[in-house]
Amino acid sequence: MSAGIDLDNVVCDFGSFRAVDHVNVSIQPGEFFSFLGPSGCGKTTILRMISGFIEPTGGVIRIGGKDVRGQRPNQRPTALIFQNLALFPLMPIWENIAFGLEVRGVNKATRRKRAEELLALVDLPGAADKMVSQLSGGQKQRVAIARALAVEPSVMLLDEPLSALDLKLRQHMRAELRAIQKRTGVTFIYITHDQGEALAMSDRVGVMSQGRLQQVSNPRDIYNNPVNGFVASFVGENNVLTGPVAAPTGGFAVMETPHGRFRARIADGVSGQGVKLFVRPEHMRFSDSPTAENSTPVTVTEVAFEGNFISVHAQSDSGMTFLSELRNDGSAPIPAVGTRLHVSFDPAVAAILPDASIARG
Amino acid sequence: MHDMFKRYGTGLTTMILLVTAFWILILLILPNLTMFESSFRPYLPVTEVGGPRDVYSFANYGRILGAHTDLSVLGITFEVPVRVKVFILTIYYSAVVTLITFALAYPLAYYLAKIVSPKSLPTLFLLLFVPLWVSEILRSFAWFIILAFKGPLNVALMSLGIIDSEIRWIAGFSPVIIGLVYTYVLFMLFPLYNSMQSLDSNQIEAAEDLGSPWWRTHWRVILPHAKPGIASGAVMVFMLSAGSLLVPSLLGSTTSGWFTQTIQGVMLEEADWNTGAAFAFLLLIVCTLFVSLMMRVFGVRLSDIAK
Ligand SMILES: Nc1ncnc2c1ncn2[C@@H]1O[C@H](COP(=O)(O)OP(=O)(O)OP(=O)(O)O)[C@@H](O)[C@H]1O
Ligand SMILES: [Mg+2]
Repeated sequence: MSAGIDLDNVVCDFGSFRAVDHVNVSIQPGEFFSFLGPSGCGKTTILRMISGFIEPTGGVIRIGGKDVRGQRPNQRPTALIFQNLALFPLMPIWENIAFGLEVRGVNKATRRKRAEELLALVDLPGAADKMVSQLSGGQKQRVAIARALAVEPSVMLLDEPLSALDLKLRQHMRAELRAIQKRTGVTFIYITHDQGEALAMSDRVGVMSQGRLQQVSNPRDIYNNPVNGFVASFVGENNVLTGPVAAPTGGFAVMETPHGRFRARIADGVSGQGVKLFVRPEHMRFSDSPTAENSTPVTVTEVAFEGNFISVHAQSDSGMTFLSELRNDGSAPIPAVGTRLHVSFDPAVAAILPDASIARG
Repeated sequence: MHDMFKRYGTGLTTMILLVTAFWILILLILPNLTMFESSFRPYLPVTEVGGPRDVYSFANYGRILGAHTDLSVLGITFEVPVRVKVFILTIYYSAVVTLITFALAYPLAYYLAKIVSPKSLPTLFLLLFVPLWVSEILRSFAWFIILAFKGPLNVALMSLGIIDSEIRWIAGFSPVIIGLVYTYVLFMLFPLYNSMQSLDSNQIEAAEDLGSPWWRTHWRVILPHAKPGIASGAVMVFMLSAGSLLVPSLLGSTTSGWFTQTIQGVMLEEADWNTGAAFAFLLLIVCTLFVSLMMRVFGVRLSDIAK
């Protein structure tokens, strides 16, 4: 039993500071949706508005189609997993998990049984009688998930739940969370500032900056077709070029930069100040002679072997450092430091984008 | 200890240790030992001290069983020694005072620790501290005046039409309870505030998010977390109340004897320090036993309080 969530022009002000600015998004029942953005962009505030700890200053929040304004957190069909988990340290694990059932008047034997089932679901059997302090970070994580699942919420809200874990465990828990979400079919709203996490786990991602939702789309689209400079540079690495742009033709435009003329995709209505050309490092190619377009002469200054790829820094004669990532599969020769080469990219994989959309008025 | 030597050097550390040792040994342990010793010796004229009649016995302790009076509990009347009755009532009303201070301090501590914005906290604490700057005698006198038969409380209540005729407040134990609660409520408030403040607010929110009504959140999350604070507050208020002399003397009536007044009577009026010392130790021992029993009942360990 899962529910969709609609945020309809949601605004949240703290005094004169606007933490969330006209956010519009419809999250589908059973979807794994992530809000991705830098620290302080308003992610937690959105989650706290959905769970009911903060009332929006403006706009409407609907859960399963019903306007939830005025409902307290204990009346909403949501379960929040806190950034620091907020387990109850004075209760044994099973009481932690069964707390939501205790509140609902379920008898002790049933509570205990349900707690054991949930512990099995999160792959933590036999921990029922332990105390919170006896568990590792990843185990606490699972208990928090089990505690939230126990109340059979329609929506699970997760506030950077993996940020305290080490890299290995984080990657493991990503897969685990995703599996639990698929198994239970509950709508997950996930908050993170880690782009890898958001892209790997989510059905759709909403990228935020300064309280505004910049783009909502599936992970591939977010990475391959960012709508603006903020999304492009927050998600993944880029080579960024600036300069005046000529009138677009057929969805492409030419940018005149100090490092040469470059052609790239451009969306309708994009022009003028603040536009930049973005191209990902993995799309940069090296060649001995100039290509037909989008190429510039460079000297290789640094080659770093990263395992699955090789990162190459190359400086153009005009002083710009281009970053390129070559796959370690032998498909392209690895240049040596000091080599003179030409760097180029396909216009179809580069984009001329406007700045982030910023607050009105 | 090793750290101290490192940080302050040998000279200063030795000084600190000596001063502390002096304070504990000479000013605390020695007088108590002297009292303890004399509590087992009879009260004799100076010429007979050290003579053949100066032998150790429990006679002084036995004197608590002196004259008899009636005590009724739940409608059943017992004949008990008058001093034992005073003793029991002192313990009982000290426990009542402890309960009342808890009932008053708990909501206030919660409000201060979890609801008030940090900006107004200093002002509120100042307001709470101001009464402490006034001496205990003055505060007790103030209550004496407030509670007087023709005093401001009765006048106010009558002019508001809440009561028709004056109430005799200063009768029985009520004024003593009021005075003790007022004097010692902060000793309950601060440990409670401290323990509640250390509770992660997310836990309160997590409980609410899981559907818990406010009272259950208090019962299952906040109260258990605050238990060490409650315990240390309760021990302090109970011990201070049972040992208080000033408030019962000023606000008490003929029907509200406090055991400390009995001790004072024996020591100062009868000039019998030996029996007085015996009574004082009895009070200390029974109070300590009572506190340990309560701690056992509520599952509080000594290490919780020391935190
Ligand atoms: N109660 C509050 N009063 C005033 N300002 C607040 C309050 N809560 C949040 N803010 C501000 O709102 C902005 C957004 O905060 P929020 O906690 O939503 O950020 P976040 O995206 O979750 O960041 P992080 O990744 O660091 O957790 C921040 O600038 C913060 O300072
Ligand atoms: Mg946050």
